[in-house]
Amino acid sequence: MQTTWAYISNYCVYSAMTIFTISFIAHAFETAFAVRAPEAADSTEGNLLLKTLDYKRTEKSARIATAMMILGFILLLAGIVARGISNGHVPWGNMYEFSITGALAFTGAYLAALRKYDLRWLGLFVSLSVLLTLGTAITLLYRNSAPLVPALKSTWLVIHVLAAIISGGVFLLANVVAAAYLYLDRLESRGPRPVWLQRVPSLDVLDQLSYRLVAFVFPLWTFAVIAGAIWAESAWGRYWGWDPKETWAFITWVAYAAYLHARVTVGWRGRRAAWLCIFAGSTFLFNYVYVNVWGSGKHTYSGL
Amino acid sequence: MSKEIEVPELGFLALIRYAWRQLTSMRTALILLMLMGIAAIPGSLIPQRITNQIAVRELFTTNPDLAKWYDRFSLFDVYGSPWFSAIYILLFISLIGCVLPRSVEHYKAMRAQPPVTPKNLSRLEHHQEFAGGVESLDRAALWFKKNRFRVRIEGNSISAEKGFVRETGNLLFHLSLILILVGVSFGSLFGMRGEAIVNVGERFVNVATSYDSVSFGKLTGEKSLPTFEIKLDKFLGEYDPVTNAPKDYTAWVTITDNGSTYKKVIKVNKPLTFGSTRVYLQANGYSPVVTVRDAEGNVALQGPIPFLPQDGNLRSIGSIKVPDAQPQIGFVSSFVPTNARTSDQGAVSIFPELLDPKLLFSIWKGDLGLDSGSPQSVYRIDTSKLEKVGLGSVKPGETFTYPEGSITLETVVPWVNLQFVDDPGKSYALIGAILAILGLLSSLYGRRRRIWVRTTSAGVEVAGLAKNSAPGLDVEIENFVSAIKGEK
Repeated sequence: MQTTWAYISNYCVYSAMTIFTISFIAHAFETAFAVRAPEAADSTEGNLLLKTLDYKRTEKSARIATAMMILGFILLLAGIVARGISNGHVPWGNMYEFSITGALAFTGAYLAALRKYDLRWLGLFVSLSVLLTLGTAITLLYRNSAPLVPALKSTWLVIHVLAAIISGGVFLLANVVAAAYLYLDRLESRGPRPVWLQRVPSLDVLDQLSYRLVAFVFPLWTFAVIAGAIWAESAWGRYWGWDPKETWAFITWVAYAAYLHARVTVGWRGRRAAWLCIFAGSTFLFNYVYVNVWGSGKHTYSGL
Repeated sequence: MSKEIEVPELGFLALIRYAWRQLTSMRTALILLMLMGIAAIPGSLIPQRITNQIAVRELFTTNPDLAKWYDRFSLFDVYGSPWFSAIYILLFISLIGCVLPRSVEHYKAMRAQPPVTPKNLSRLEHHQEFAGGVESLDRAALWFKKNRFRVRIEGNSISAEKGFVRETGNLLFHLSLILILVGVSFGSLFGMRGEAIVNVGERFVNVATSYDSVSFGKLTGEKSLPTFEIKLDKFLGEYDPVTNAPKDYTAWVTITDNGSTYKKVIKVNKPLTFGSTRVYLQANGYSPVVTVRDAEGNVALQGPIPFLPQDGNLRSIGSIKVPDAQPQIGFVSSFVPTNARTSDQGAVSIFPELLDPKLLFSIWKGDLGLDSGSPQSVYRIDTSKLEKVGLGSVKPGETFTYPEGSITLETVVPWVNLQFVDDPGKSYALIGAILAILGLLSSLYGRRRRIWVRTTSAGVEVAGLAKNSAPGLDVEIENFVSAIKGEK
């Protein structure tokens, strides 16, 4: 029975990958084919600006792209739930499970933000990074379903890890937006944007968006760290012990705190703020990858 | 007084004031904050004494020069080092210097009336004009009251303000960080931390001599130990038969506390609590119970000897020291709970439970050096001055005889490592943490805004202003306007 659920989980994750691939292709198709080449008659030599964007032409593929993203989200969610059933506990015991849940949180953050903002331009990147994450998870990080080690048997596992994964998903989304800002900023300093990028919102909007995402999720990250401390107190006998994972969670917290202060109090905007945002997000990624794979300490369980 | 005398005095004060202003400036605070993040990094890359003592010792033997230099810069104790302390103490001074004056200011602002309605509302955002009379002002006042705005009514205009929760939350957040720091320091000054290995069947009496290691905060000592006794009745480690990974650890104990006796269960995530002292189940292993006899058959040593686990299958090493035998005898031993013979490694354990336990040893005679006064590990024997007299192994119930006597493995009992922690500051830190989150939420989601309304001969004029360009004021003003018009 256990193994059956583990198989179901794997099938769901594989299918989700297929679906995300379709979504990626649809996004790429939309990005490429929305560009209408100038009519032969009014074409002046090599003037790219005469190319126009016409999203009506690619309406269908855009719909497919988003629909596939939603379907992928659902399949991945089903995969994670099935994994949990096969484990007999919430599926957050090793890095494979963290990664697929992280991919889910990332897709979820994108889809949630899509309801409010016109973010479809980001879909190409989101589907690609979800694909890469899932691919790494399946090929390098996969571990068979296993019971939890005693220290992880706690309600705090659900609370602490859920808060950390959601924060991570949103932090990374903010990072992507900040990176898009920096890229476009460089392009624009050399001249007008290429036509296929005209859909991406203005620099101001991107700047605001990455700030909004961070400000929205920073309290949740604070909560994740505090929930971890409360759990550590009951499992390890101290609420804070400068374990490498704790140290890097603290560094991430400090980096985002610095980012928020820099924006709100000192008035940083634009390039500098984007770099700080990316730096803070990198400390989160570093914590996830380095401490889990090469680090020592109390946060390393069951191989990876 | 002449100016010549005043100048140096002023200069000195001005210097202090300048330094203070620099320290409490936002830019300095920001730099200190980033510095603290960067300063925390080496502690995660270089082994720390508080988390990985063994790795530190290893580095001292494998690379003594590097270790010496690391030690000079406190890189093995980053989080207690002078430079890390300097950063966070400066940061907190800066924080206090920034937050306290702002709190006073904020308190005054909250008690003060909203500012007078500006003369020219049409220059402000969200400006609207529409027809209406005096009754509009009454409706406006009613709406402000219903929506908990603070108002200033002057003649034909009302100035209203709301959203102080933003700054309140901001200040609360920073003040609670101070509370967390107080909790942490309080815990380290008045707290205590100790460890003791207890065999199944043994009793732990909470006095300083019962501990294998214990440390007290600077302002407390042995007298602070609460009186209680813990008897370890039973311990069970359950392991997954496929992966050999531990599934659950449970210790059953009998507690005597203030004259009453009761039974309890300790698990990894469920410590015992005595007031502010908590007792954690941290590690476990096996203690072979042995009887060592001399050549005449007199018992020279009897009892459980804790062995130190070396791997996930609990292959353990230990030493059995018999100072009362003539000559003194020492057993350099290893113990495997589930024995499997391999050709190259000698005995290995293939499962952590006691399925086929075996004790293996080499026997040494001579002066064990226990009276020399220099500390030595209970798990190891320095055999450099000893003479080897034999090599053997026993299973439970078996006896191994050698010229100087015999050793019998009676049985094997588990031991647990109990960790005792008294942290009287942790509740302050917890309260600080909860208040910090509440403060953070209201400071990030709170919106401070002002709305003005004035009746003129031409009609009614409305305008608003959102601080930090927070969104949502336009919708609010729409609601407000329709309330004035009497549409709602």
